[in-house]
Amino acid sequence: MIEVDYIWLILGMGLVTYLPRWLPLAVLAGRRLPGWLVEWLDLIPVAILAALLLPLMVIPGDAVHDSPLTPELFAGIITLVFALKVKSLSGTVIVGMLVYWLISSLM
Amino acid sequence: MNRRSFHDTHRVKSGIYQGIAAAWPVCLGYVPIGLAFGVIAQKAGLQPYQIGLMSLVVFAGSAQFIAVSMLAGGAGAVSIILTTFAVNLRHFLMSSSLAIYMGGTRRWLLSLFAYGITDESFAINFSRFRQGGWGLVQALTVNHVSNFFWIAGTVAGGFAGEFIPEGAFGIDYALPAMFIGLLVMQLRGRRYTVTAILAGVLAVLFAMILPGNFYIIAASMLAAFGGVLINRRLKPEHGGD
Repeated sequence: MIEVDYIWLILGMGLVTYLPRWLPLAVLAGRRLPGWLVEWLDLIPVAILAALLLPLMVIPGDAVHDSPLTPELFAGIITLVFALKVKSLSGTVIVGMLVYWLISSLM
Repeated sequence: MNRRSFHDTHRVKSGIYQGIAAAWPVCLGYVPIGLAFGVIAQKAGLQPYQIGLMSLVVFAGSAQFIAVSMLAGGAGAVSIILTTFAVNLRHFLMSSSLAIYMGGTRRWLLSLFAYGITDESFAINFSRFRQGGWGLVQALTVNHVSNFFWIAGTVAGGFAGEFIPEGAFGIDYALPAMFIGLLVMQLRGRRYTVTAILAGVLAVLFAMILPGNFYIIAASMLAAFGGVLINRRLKPEHGGD
């Protein structure tokens, strides 16, 4: 990718990332949002994470594995069990990587 | 006058120490994830300085992983920026929750603090603010120490990428694994679990019928709406959760 294009890309990404971080602090300091909006916003993080995850797990990225039973899914189930038992982000990342490495070399 | 400034310096110093003590678990998590990101970005054709620049300007782990995988897939800047926006819109809620504790803070300090709001720094700062005895110095320290480790980790991964073969150590799975870890941290009650299942199923359905990456924002907005409705309907019988 050309240098100038890359600078514009990250400036654009930076701006759309910064605005939702900044706007509530700048505008709302102290004020309250309506109850239903707070409830809805509260559920957004978990919904986004699940919406990112499940398609990665069950929709195969290549033609070799054409069923939803992908190595990503098997590794995901094991990683999920580990994450539920041991609530450690770095531990989950490391275990997930190793399990996936093992499973994808077997399948 | 002198006494006063001595006490202020002392207060700032101990605030910084408290901030560092609270930030270290986050830094410990950022190093492997940052290394993995750096390696993947290097494989996608980015130089270490370009990787560092992205980590500095954007500072959002999952969005950076997605952007790099879209770059490698030949996606255009506009669709990458729109996806980044959709993925990072969640910080809006975190910022809104933190705003309660930011009354009377100067505008430029608020703007600096906003830069460092991530899933992880929010989790630390919000629980400390709620417990009390937490201030802007501590919170800013948490943000910027973890920011430093994120940038350093990603740049180091960019240099290491040359020496690591494609797919080694399951590095392609760092992002899904981080999502799983973050998801589990979010499951604080039944309505979160129900919303997550709803969002996952809707996302798979939408991914098969909608073009591009619209399925992420469509599925999550709809699932959160469903979660609110289900929660409101269950409240009279179960008293909520």
